[in-house]
Amino acid sequence: MSELHLPAEAHHEHGNLHADHGSFKSYLTGFILAVILTAIPFALVMGKVFDRSSTTGLILLGFAAVQVVVHMVYFLHMNTRSEGGWTMLALVFTLMLVIIMMSGSIWVMYHMNHNMMPGMMNESTLETRPESMGTMPPLPAASPESTSESK
Amino acid sequence: MNALTFWPAMSEILSTPSGDSTRFYVLEHHPENGTLLGFWLYLMSDCLIFACLFAAYAVLGRNYAGGPSGAELFDLPLVALNTALLLLSSITYGFAMLEMQRKQLNRTLIWLAITGLLGACFIGLELFEFVHLIHEGAGPQRSGFLTSFFSLVGTHGLHVSFGIVWLITLMVQIRRHGFTTDNTRRLMCLSMFWHFLDVVWIGVFTFVYLMGVLP
Repeated sequence: MSELHLPAEAHHEHGNLHADHGSFKSYLTGFILAVILTAIPFALVMGKVFDRSSTTGLILLGFAAVQVVVHMVYFLHMNTRSEGGWTMLALVFTLMLVIIMMSGSIWVMYHMNHNMMPGMMNESTLETRPESMGTMPPLPAASPESTSESK
Repeated sequence: MNALTFWPAMSEILSTPSGDSTRFYVLEHHPENGTLLGFWLYLMSDCLIFACLFAAYAVLGRNYAGGPSGAELFDLPLVALNTALLLLSSITYGFAMLEMQRKQLNRTLIWLAITGLLGACFIGLELFEFVHLIHEGAGPQRSGFLTSFFSLVGTHGLHVSFGIVWLITLMVQIRRHGFTTDNTRRLMCLSMFWHFLDVVWIGVFTFVYLMGVLP
């Protein structure tokens, strides 16, 4: 182990000529963490550990987020110092765009599905129908009864 | 053209040591790692492409149009094997980079070859899965879910395929010319590319496969 460290250390001495490649130890740490963080989600899904899909889904997303960070740190050697901080700035900006785009798309399309698609008209949407269609005239078939009741 | 005429004049200024030349000094020192930063910016734009495809999958992923669902189609052990292959190829590329640092040409080539083989196995398994799906009548034209699935996973597969082409090209380059400054820089760019694809795969196996089979 110790002789494997030497080249990495010697490398650091000759300054900023190359980017940081990490060491054997850091790659191995990253790999072991990544294996654990991959194995647990697969086990959760394949073993059907939780009954509710939403619980499993949230845990899966959590594990994925942690694993992305592990890969960034141990394999891509992300830090705030490389390239004078510009890589980190670009990453933060990209993450911001990704979050806006993902959450925006899901949000907008969910509501469009909910409000506009006729195939999606299940019981719950039918119940909310009178509120959203309150200003519209009553349906012809139901109009005599409903008007007489209101009077 | 302008830069070519401009640059010698700059270096003349730089060669004269004067007290207030710090601004020029920074200008000259920066372009050494310019390629790596530029390549990182490319990866970030690539990240946006994948984000669009992920968003499309997030919207369409449950629109089966009466066709098969993810739970019926996905073979999780196969996905686990694929994930293992890609993760292993990531660390073997890391080892190749460590050997490159020590100027061990042959060892670097061996690790790169292993990386390429693992990547090729990954692509092979993915193609097997795709052919199997299409054969079952679950091709990209079947439903919105399958269209977005094939676009996302296919785009990732294409990236890996081109990564392998790049890897083989670099192996030939290194054998011919050794660790020149250019080759070292290219290897570092491919390293970022390869690890980045592994990061995208985390999103794919979590979001598409694992969450796709949830009821």
